[in-house]
Amino acid sequence: MTRKQKRLSVILAGLAFLGAAAGLTFYALGQKASYFYMPADLATASVPPGQRIRLGGLVEKGTIVRGQGATVAFSVTDKQKSVKVTYTGILPDLFREEQGVITEGAFGPDGVFVADSVLAKHDERYMPKEVADGLKAKGVWQESTSQ
Amino acid sequence: MVETGHFALVLAFALSLVQMLVPLVGARTGNQRLMAVGGPVTVTGFALTALSFAALASAYAGSDFSVASVWENSHSLQPMIYKITGTWGNHEGSMLLWVLILTFFGALVAVFGNNLPASLKANVLAVQGMIGAAFFLFILATSNPFLRLNPAPIEGRDLNPILQDLGLAIHPPMLYLGYVGFSICFSFSVAALIEGRIDASWARWVRPWALVAWMFLTGGIAMGSYWAYYELGWGGFWFWDPVENASFMPWLAGTALLHSAIVMEKRSALKIWTLLLAILTFSLSLLGTFLVRSGVLTSVHAFATDPTRGVFILCILTLFIGGSLALFALRASRLTAGGLFHPISREGALVLNNLFLTTATATVLVGTLYPLALEALTGGKISVGAPFFDLTFGPLMLPLLAIVPFGPLLAWKRGDVIAASQRLMAAFALAIAAVLVTGLFVDGASVFAALGVGLAVWLVAGALTDLAVKSGAGSVPPVVMLRRFAGLPRSVFGTALAHLGLGLTLLGIVGTLCFGTEKILSMHPGETVELSGHTLRFEGLTPQKGPNFTEDRGRFLLLSDGNADGEITSAKRFYPVRQTVTTESGIRTLGLSQLYLSLGDENKDGSVVVRLWWKPLVTLIWGGGLVMMAGAAMSLLDRRLRVGAPAKRRKPAAALASPT
Repeated sequence: MTRKQKRLSVILAGLAFLGAAAGLTFYALGQKASYFYMPADLATASVPPGQRIRLGGLVEKGTIVRGQGATVAFSVTDKQKSVKVTYTGILPDLFREEQGVITEGAFGPDGVFVADSVLAKHDERYMPKEVADGLKAKGVWQESTSQ
Repeated sequence: MVETGHFALVLAFALSLVQMLVPLVGARTGNQRLMAVGGPVTVTGFALTALSFAALASAYAGSDFSVASVWENSHSLQPMIYKITGTWGNHEGSMLLWVLILTFFGALVAVFGNNLPASLKANVLAVQGMIGAAFFLFILATSNPFLRLNPAPIEGRDLNPILQDLGLAIHPPMLYLGYVGFSICFSFSVAALIEGRIDASWARWVRPWALVAWMFLTGGIAMGSYWAYYELGWGGFWFWDPVENASFMPWLAGTALLHSAIVMEKRSALKIWTLLLAILTFSLSLLGTFLVRSGVLTSVHAFATDPTRGVFILCILTLFIGGSLALFALRASRLTAGGLFHPISREGALVLNNLFLTTATATVLVGTLYPLALEALTGGKISVGAPFFDLTFGPLMLPLLAIVPFGPLLAWKRGDVIAASQRLMAAFALAIAAVLVTGLFVDGASVFAALGVGLAVWLVAGALTDLAVKSGAGSVPPVVMLRRFAGLPRSVFGTALAHLGLGLTLLGIVGTLCFGTEKILSMHPGETVELSGHTLRFEGLTPQKGPNFTEDRGRFLLLSDGNADGEITSAKRFYPVRQTVTTESGIRTLGLSQLYLSLGDENKDGSVVVRLWWKPLVTLIWGGGLVMMAGAAMSLLDRRLRVGAPAKRRKPAAALASPT
């Protein structure tokens, strides 16, 4: 190979490498990113069981049921619809009724959302931004819930 | 005192305007006197910023609640250490710390840069002045920490309980030393572009700064990771949270910069690329500042959200990144390109390193910004977490780690892969042995876990092989070898230590992720639980009172053969001022591994939810970071890297006499 061809092949190899990395990135964005939904959104969007999503809303009043061991069941609501959620583990310190939460997990075949993580904002003054935006969009936002 | 601090800050802003204009004009017109203005102005600016910071810190230490920022983030009952660290545990104070460190680095260049060409020094200080001016203006206009309240409240609203921890004393200052340290590399790059001249000595000036920044950034990230690990009570050490990524991206780019600067210094090649990397690294630091401080992300780091701040930082970001890249586009072609080289060589290996690291930086950047872009454009909300990064970042890192041991063993100009491979035979055999031992004898080891352990051992053994080979192992008698070992350049030790630390961190990650176990259960007092051969007995909850909190402290006895062999306590803390509950996790270190315990809610029947983890080798994750820092420090001590021209000896008195 001449010097020029050598250089060209190095550059082509580099470009192929970058192309592969870019392809992988876009594939991963399509497959591995989890979308955020509020309960009412789920009526229109079809989320198959097993697909990871993030579900956000308020913890509905009077729905927290502590079961066997460390399993907890509660409902997440956006004041229009609500979704049953089960979670095994330690709930965040700020988890309580009427508090904004984001749960991450997937629907089981029985339509109950099985969460493997529950996030509540670590500050009593704010709720998760996604939840606040969602409630505002649905017109059920009350300034008092945020302060 | 508070007003003094305020005035000092305004004066520092005014001086930064002088600093950005006068030396620049001086360098342009070749006026020595104008250029010489840069040094004293920079040092004075630093002194004023330090005064301003001290004023704020003393307001915090003295619980002066007439200052709005103190009122919002402090409380008279807080322990003194948290009163002081609370100075930067809020948006305004942390920005002041940011500029304090920026001016500190500027002053270091002013004081120790006597052997820089006058025009280069003037331009560097001018660019530092521009960055300073932008951030001083940002603080004064949108985030003034010195605003007063009238009437003054009697009591403060307390520091966020999560931040009431020693981690706040270490993590932010270290991280900022790293983030902002890269501003020097940025300023050198922009100065080189302004001058239209760049040579190998430029790399010799830039590399120590990059090393210092990299060292602190490594420490800051490791400390942040450990802090999140023990404070949040989730047992995780890395969450691929956008805020973490914000600090990780400059680290990746900075690592690439360190390596390409070596090529530039030694072989006078990759000049333009190194310069671009220096610009990109600091741009990523600025991006990190924007992501964390603007409030576009919800996290513990986003203290208060105020849209004007976000827009302001975005403007700074656009100005500096856009400006420097535009300058690069205009001027880069004027710089003389470096020489070509053979792909199989030390410099070829370093280029490969750069290719992997910058691509990895790009995937992290896409994963971090894509959700923000999508939300801004379509309103759709997605989260990109570990599954994304496992699929993109992982495949890029694994081959890079696999080829790390080859790099230092290849010669400059024309390397010999076969010879390097022969030297690495022992390391390779060790790695294979590690894979086999793990796969065959460790319970529950997957193929992936065994390969992970093998890769980590490969890195560690490879780093040691490098030292052994360079000491002449196998070809000279042991006495000569020891003498050669002691006489190796410090930068060789630095490289070996940094690569060894990388291997240790990887071993910790593989150990924790692949061999860790966990249990979630509810326990009554007196009950025992067993996890991976460790037995714990729950002794019950006792209420206790701290200075500004009350807590329920759960005591667990670690039993061995029925006898108590130490205890673990974990607590639920309640901070009445903020009406906040936090979990204090209980950790016991056993060798390199840890038992991690986190207390949950109390059930109606008196039992308590407990989450227990066994984390094998977990301490190596951060220990490896410390070893990497030691490697950077070792490289900094290398004679050839002493800041400035190697032949010239600086008079120490001249440096000390400067009024800092």
